[in-house]
Amino acid sequence: MTETLTIALSKGRIFKETLPLLAHAGIVPVDDPDTSRKLILDTNHPEIKLVIIRASDVPTYVEYGAADVGVAGKDVLMEHGGEGLYEPLDLKIARCKLMLAGPAAAKDGEARMRIATKYVATTRRYFAAQGKQVEIIKLYGSMELAPLVGLADLIVDLVDTGNTLRANGLAPLEHIADISSRLIVNKASMKMKHAPVKALIERIGEAVAAKDHTRG
Amino acid sequence: MTNRSFSDKDRWLLPEGIEEVLPQQAAHLERLRRDLLDLFHSWGYELVLPPLIEYLESLLIGTGDDLDVQTFKLIDQLTGRLMGVRADMTPQVARIDAHRLKREAPTRLCYMGTVLRTYPDGFARTRSPLQLGAELYGHAGIESDVEVLHLMVETLAVTGIKQVHIDLGHVGIFRALAHDAGLDDELEMALFDALQRKARAEIEELLDRTVLDEPQRRMLTALVDLNGGEEVLEEASVVFRGAGSRVLAALDNLRKIASEAARRMPSIPLHFDLAELRGYHYQTGVVYAAFVPGHGQEIARGGRYDDIGKVFGRARPATGFSTDLMTLISLSAQTPYQTRAILAPGDDDPALQNKVSELRGRGERVIHALPGAAGDVQEIGCDRMLERRDGQWTVVPL
Repeated sequence: MTETLTIALSKGRIFKETLPLLAHAGIVPVDDPDTSRKLILDTNHPEIKLVIIRASDVPTYVEYGAADVGVAGKDVLMEHGGEGLYEPLDLKIARCKLMLAGPAAAKDGEARMRIATKYVATTRRYFAAQGKQVEIIKLYGSMELAPLVGLADLIVDLVDTGNTLRANGLAPLEHIADISSRLIVNKASMKMKHAPVKALIERIGEAVAAKDHTRG
Repeated sequence: MTNRSFSDKDRWLLPEGIEEVLPQQAAHLERLRRDLLDLFHSWGYELVLPPLIEYLESLLIGTGDDLDVQTFKLIDQLTGRLMGVRADMTPQVARIDAHRLKREAPTRLCYMGTVLRTYPDGFARTRSPLQLGAELYGHAGIESDVEVLHLMVETLAVTGIKQVHIDLGHVGIFRALAHDAGLDDELEMALFDALQRKARAEIEELLDRTVLDEPQRRMLTALVDLNGGEEVLEEASVVFRGAGSRVLAALDNLRKIASEAARRMPSIPLHFDLAELRGYHYQTGVVYAAFVPGHGQEIARGGRYDDIGKVFGRARPATGFSTDLMTLISLSAQTPYQTRAILAPGDDDPALQNKVSELRGRGERVIHALPGAAGDVQEIGCDRMLERRDGQWTVVPL
């Protein structure tokens, strides 16, 4: 019996940058997520399926075994807690930085700072490690707006080029973490589907190394 | 959502992660409970019933911060001391062995009961698992480890769970490597955390901060890859060739336990993972967990945790396993419990009473019809009834 293998991916940048890595492992999707309405995509291997879900849901699917393997950003993993999962490979794709940003002349006064972010747990940990108590405002998007309209003093968000920050009169202030996507694996799958999962990790690892080499 | 959004209409709502068990499942659960306690009994494991609540200091012995966070606390009005509702019965059973029984001979104990946790856990998101487990105190050899592992596998077999896989590891290997490398506590814990996630990139980063020599670094990093079938033990003996004696002793201990387990349970697939350090805070030797296909998380776990009784005045070798019966029930392949009952009419004939007692004595379920009761008798599981025929009370189909 061939064992089934389900791989969880999110649409957009992660999907596009993961495809070449999967291709090196011999896995090519038959359906295109941008045109197909299917949530479960077939591949050239009947036993391997791709599920397309929201980026922040990938760790949950993999932790509970709804998918055997997934690709998730380190930002999402830090927020999820990362427990109950394996993250054996840094895929070195979808790279960016998690940063504290705000008006260039942000004051660090006595008043408690208000921080707008999507990454509530990560932000709380970051400031607690510095011995600072902050108020955290959970937002789902357009963080840059919050300091402009007085909703927050600073923001914690992913920064790629920094263009959006600059366009809104904000500047990166502190570097919190380097972010890239990780291959994550369900613990039970690693044990019970060991051969196909380990082979997949190895093949993708090769592809990452080859790409790194050509870039280097 | 705030608590105020619940109105009186929602008063039926149970707290998150708290479950009630309805008749069909309760019947199944109770039957399994009895079968499992009989199994433990037949292996010589004596049942103990630790208290639901006790002083916090004794509940949280040697188990690390996780259990502290998981424990509901309240103040004892009589003494002003802090009490905890048990979140794990293992420390309680260790106390019973160390402080109450004080036997010289190896002691085999088993337990079953509801525990309460502050955070929802596992696939079921439960906060009140029905914990079931067995512990063997007073023997340090591999024989007791294999016995407990075997009993765990038997426990799963009794519940009707098929295709069990066992994952084996040994905390002694990492602990000895960390000790030999002279890692400080903080780095050891950070490395432990990264190993649990097989986060290779982070492990490399952490080791970059140290001044370890190349062989030590290579051995610590190798743990990430040492997982798979029994070939892993061979790979490990190559990787750890130059390692300290404690590393080699731990590896040898694991190898012996594995080969004895394979001999006793030839049909159970064994998987090895030397980076898997379940319960690292209190485990001291072999650690293992059971998995089944289609379920993304472990369903039972166990291992060696010597000296847990030390704080109660008696350090003894200890090895044991535990599981959640509610999880097992949800995976169990057994057919649902069928209720079949006989309806007895409302009649004060003494002969009827005798007949009812006789049937009940034979294990039949007999239900008295209540005058004016609404609903269908099939609803309460009756498929036969008692009828007077030729002056005799006879069971006839409904």
